[in-house]
Amino acid sequence: MTATASQTRAVRTYKAHSQPLWRRLLLTRETSVIALLVIVIAVALAVVPNFDSPLTVTYLLRDVAPILLIALPMTLIIITEEIDLSVASIVGLTSVMTGILTEAGWPFAAAGVTAILVGMVAGAINGFLITVVGLPSLAVTIGTLALFRGIAVGLLGTKAVTEFPEYWTDLAKDNIPGTPIPGIMVPFIVLAIAFGVLLHFTPFGRSLYAIGLNKEAAAFSGVDVGRTKFLLFLMSGTVSGFAGVYFTLLYSNARGDNATGMELSVIAAVLLGGVSIFGGRGALIGVIAGVLLIGTLGSALRLAGVTSDIINVITGVLLVLSVVSASFLAWLRRKRISAIGKKKGRSATSVDAP
Amino acid sequence: MTATVRPPTAHPVTRAAGRVFKARETGILIALILVILVATVRNPSFLFSSDGFRDLLLTPSLLMLVAVGQAIVIITRNVDLSVGSILGLTAYLTGRLFIDVPGIPLIVVFLAGMGFGAILGLINGALVAFAKVPALVITLGTLYIYRGINVAWTGSDRINASDLPADFRGLGTGQLLGIPILTIIAAIVLVVAAWYLRNLRSGREFYAIGSDPAAAHLYGLRVTRRILTAFIVSGVLSGLAGVLYAARYGTVSSGAGTGWELQAIGAAVIGGVAISGGVGSVWGAAIGAYLLLTINRALPILGIEDFWQRAVVGALIIGAIVLDRLLALRQSRKLLEAREDAQ
Repeated sequence: MTATASQTRAVRTYKAHSQPLWRRLLLTRETSVIALLVIVIAVALAVVPNFDSPLTVTYLLRDVAPILLIALPMTLIIITEEIDLSVASIVGLTSVMTGILTEAGWPFAAAGVTAILVGMVAGAINGFLITVVGLPSLAVTIGTLALFRGIAVGLLGTKAVTEFPEYWTDLAKDNIPGTPIPGIMVPFIVLAIAFGVLLHFTPFGRSLYAIGLNKEAAAFSGVDVGRTKFLLFLMSGTVSGFAGVYFTLLYSNARGDNATGMELSVIAAVLLGGVSIFGGRGALIGVIAGVLLIGTLGSALRLAGVTSDIINVITGVLLVLSVVSASFLAWLRRKRISAIGKKKGRSATSVDAP
Repeated sequence: MTATVRPPTAHPVTRAAGRVFKARETGILIALILVILVATVRNPSFLFSSDGFRDLLLTPSLLMLVAVGQAIVIITRNVDLSVGSILGLTAYLTGRLFIDVPGIPLIVVFLAGMGFGAILGLINGALVAFAKVPALVITLGTLYIYRGINVAWTGSDRINASDLPADFRGLGTGQLLGIPILTIIAAIVLVVAAWYLRNLRSGREFYAIGSDPAAAHLYGLRVTRRILTAFIVSGVLSGLAGVLYAARYGTVSSGAGTGWELQAIGAAVIGGVAISGGVGSVWGAAIGAYLLLTINRALPILGIEDFWQRAVVGALIIGAIVLDRLLALRQSRKLLEAREDAQ
């Protein structure tokens, strides 16, 4: 037993170190996404007029902030081979809650906190159905996507709440003093660091990869799979709730159909950032680069006068390419290895032949 | 091995009745009938006025077509999120054909729409089957791409009812023996698909692939070809629904079919098609589609604002999958007990 175990480990170490350190660091999915982001920014700066104005940066970051926020827990969820399609509906629901409570005369801070709690409860409902009842997350969150959106639309109808205390709307729109960077980036960076540490530097984070690679093996090595997943969906709901409050303040608008379809943008960005839909692979830095890539591309193209439908096509093509390219590269590698094997086999037989 | 296990013999009629009673589709059919009953008691014109009866059959027909295609894809353990975008594209193509080619025969338009849907489905299927990438990701990508192409092509333009020939629009509103033509088309498609999946070897292979793709491959089933077929069928049916959409509504803007993918998946799931593949029937998906849209129409009659309709849909989907889970648990417990008794 021990002999075989050490043998397989030796093989793996050999393979992991078969390439020099710089290649292992540079030739990853995350690096290629970041490189693509840098290229897009460089080209946009050179070609697109007004792209370098501070206002562009402000609007770009403001608009992608909800996607950036929600992408953080979504990354963790997809790494465990689950998915949460209900995030945009939670944004809509919490937005409506914020609006209704503010209109009812609650102080805004209380309304906002209650809305975030509502998001948390929504996440707990997802988590309960997925981990306790044991249903597939895809089916559950398609259901709650309709349910939460339905409650949001049902509560407000076609009305919209547009009156919010100026102090809070200003807080959502203001930049960090002296920079073109909007203030929402402060909580985002705090959360990003928290999620980054959680995912990459804690046993909890390692257990997420273990669950994504092999749920049974993770359970046998002492990971409480159910509790872990429940916590992830709870986080997803809470962060989506926060994004919902921010969304409401940013556009001074609480409506039932706020952020419709945003779940697809979030998932597209996460997958583009190198997280495998099969679970067990991905890094937060790649996801953040992925969100920024889609956002920057959209903003640059809009400034260059390209209509939003072409931007959608590009988002879709990027998404498809990002997953197909991985399969294609793996196929090429297999082909090369088998070609080398064939050549070796042939030379070996020719040597053996008299 | 000598003592072969014989299933308990019962009278064929009771056995058939038992099968109907136990079928997953029966529950959903009862729910549908209940909704219609309650709505009709509240307001008799829901069923008994000619308009009410027509609407009851007509409105869900298009969703039923899309849901049947979706069910076939889900049975192979895949999912097709691009159906709404395919429907939108083919609906606009239909309008454009009538505008750009005056006097084009109807059959050519139908073939063009279905052919175009087949090509779009083939793109999905090829990416999924050859690149071995999850259908969720691929069809999420093509959802964006097809919709983007649609918006770029349509722009702010739209097809109006006056652009379409009268006999084509007649298809959308016409009836045969009191039954809307669209419903008849959808019903024919449903019966053919159900018969194929139930009785033909290649139809059963869809279930085998969905239950265990690796085992199906080892067994020598042509997994790639079946998955391609499933996506092409889904594309063709969405294309057909697109052509009929133009006939039914007359106006086609670039937003036609937005959100249909979730309704179609919802219909299939409510009808007992398991999202993890290998379980369910197109009958269930079709009844699910009828239930979803009939509830929509029943809510205002029951005095509930139709804003709540989506919440009801969501609750239904969740209720359906929880129910399926409970039934599956009970079934496996029963099988375990049966095995222990046999020993």
